[in-house]
Amino acid sequence: MMFAAQSLAEFFQTFLSGRADGWHYVIAAVIHAVLLVHVFAVSPFAFIWLERKVSGRIQDRLGPTRVGGLFGWLQSLADGIKLVQKEDLCPPAADSMLFRSAPYIVCVASFAAFMVLPFSHGWVAVAADCGLFIILAILSLEVFGIIMAGYSSGSKWSLFGGMREAAQMVSYEIPLAICALVPVIAAGSLNLGEIGGMQRGWFFNWFMFNNPFTFIAFFVYFIVATASCKRAPFDLAEAESELVGGFHTEYSGMRWSFFFMGEYASMFAVCGIAAILFAGGWNTGIGPLDEALYLARSHGASGEGSWVVGYLANVLGAFVFTTKASFGVFVQIWLRWTLPRLRIDQVMTTCLKYLVPISCFLFLGATLWPLVLASTISRTSWTPDPIGERFGEELPDAKKLSAALPNADHGIRVGLTPPLNQVAQEGSVQ
Amino acid sequence: MNGESFLFTVFALLTCFGAIAVVASQTVVRMAFWLVICLGSTAALFFLANADFVGAAQLLIYVGGTLVLLVFGVMLTASGPYLKIETSPGETVMGGLVGLLFLFVVFACLNNVEWRPPVAVTASAPGTPGVAGNTLRPLGLSFLGLRTDHDLTADKDQASTGYLLPFEIVSVHLLVVLIGAAYLARAKRRSPSPVPSE
Repeated sequence: MMFAAQSLAEFFQTFLSGRADGWHYVIAAVIHAVLLVHVFAVSPFAFIWLERKVSGRIQDRLGPTRVGGLFGWLQSLADGIKLVQKEDLCPPAADSMLFRSAPYIVCVASFAAFMVLPFSHGWVAVAADCGLFIILAILSLEVFGIIMAGYSSGSKWSLFGGMREAAQMVSYEIPLAICALVPVIAAGSLNLGEIGGMQRGWFFNWFMFNNPFTFIAFFVYFIVATASCKRAPFDLAEAESELVGGFHTEYSGMRWSFFFMGEYASMFAVCGIAAILFAGGWNTGIGPLDEALYLARSHGASGEGSWVVGYLANVLGAFVFTTKASFGVFVQIWLRWTLPRLRIDQVMTTCLKYLVPISCFLFLGATLWPLVLASTISRTSWTPDPIGERFGEELPDAKKLSAALPNADHGIRVGLTPPLNQVAQEGSVQ
Repeated sequence: MNGESFLFTVFALLTCFGAIAVVASQTVVRMAFWLVICLGSTAALFFLANADFVGAAQLLIYVGGTLVLLVFGVMLTASGPYLKIETSPGETVMGGLVGLLFLFVVFACLNNVEWRPPVAVTASAPGTPGVAGNTLRPLGLSFLGLRTDHDLTADKDQASTGYLLPFEIVSVHLLVVLIGAAYLARAKRRSPSPVPSE
């Protein structure tokens, strides 16, 4: 079980036994795409139902009770059928080409984010080396679809919604990126798979508990991520009490539902990023269990043990990851039905006057933390070192690189945390 | 035609089509939409060339940043419902001429380059996910002056200061420009009204 694209492609290559070259990649790509489409389509289905039930509990209303079987779980399906049947309207004042294509931009952006999001060890469609950077870049495209929907509707409510969304997102992207960088400093990698793997073992290996700055950064990240999904209390773009429906006032039927599928999918995506960066990803947080799972995986990959066991370990990992991310989504729903909506100036003040300085401070603190620790207790972290694997040590020509360094006595360590012996030497000189 | 060249053709055609549509359309926000198509396909071309970092930077800076600001500016300043830019025939002819001239220059330059066959991606050690587009570590190391594509053991003069200092200077410069722009925008708004704000 290496990263899935490679192994599936190899599996089909042996299966087809070289009949038509290139086809194994096509089949593997189709399977990955279908799996990811299901994540994208099924998670809104579940989360919309959850939204109804949680809001029913919190605000003392009735959630779905009549439709479908247990707890009204068929309500989302009934909604879906209703939305498909609705007429596809385009108001005469709208710029029809932009109006029709805006939902697709939202959809494509939040769907494409799942390409680089690992669900378990190696279970990722594109195992990119700068996965975090790519996923943040792709998620930032979603706002463009919203702005275009607001602009092209030809309605003042939509225009106001679009403008608010633009102002909000342009400001909230800054603390989002800086907060995502804080655990990256501790990890020394942008590869989401590697960051997840490094947090193996007991839960204090999670980057959330790595230092006080990452602990605060987790909560700041969560607030900013809630805002970046335009969820309440930051849902100014669709404030229904003042702007009718905000940017989606003029939409109906499937195009309307595309916006919401995109919203729920990107909620899951940002919570998944939070789970990987701060909360251990697919690791359970119980030391011996994680070790056993890791052994099962590595034995399955190397071919010594049974690949079924490794596969099951990965399924468990995917379950743990999905549970963590879904818990994040649940907290977002909880916040939505508990807190009142902010005013737009309060939203901007929260971001520019509080969240940006706080995240800059956390970033600075996280860079200084290992240096301070190294000079006082001559270790670079207060927890035992992450026992997870680090891909960076296997740099192909690490020896050549370290030979080129001015003082070539220590091996090169790729990562922002300085090598321990070097820091200790510098500290003793001072 | 293998899969990679097929994808390249698709994205290259999309890039060109988007670029032409930007010039051909007259509504500013439609131009922005076509620019998204054009720049997004360019990012896809970067991803195809295993340059993940550049592709992601393209998406984040140009599509997610610059274009959103452009549309935001249009929404804030437009007087009518849809802002249009009309071009006169003279402008079309002049623009076309300049464009053709630029195309000629680019073509002449590309013809004079000795194209070498592409270097194979570094063979990955088994079990290391994420080596396919492994441009990040070489990029970071060359920022610090360690060029992984050079033979480092040959002569140690190549271990220079890297690109970190120029990069920092440019970013500080950008920050100065930002603060200056904010200052100018504030000063203009304050000067005419001496009424104290509450």
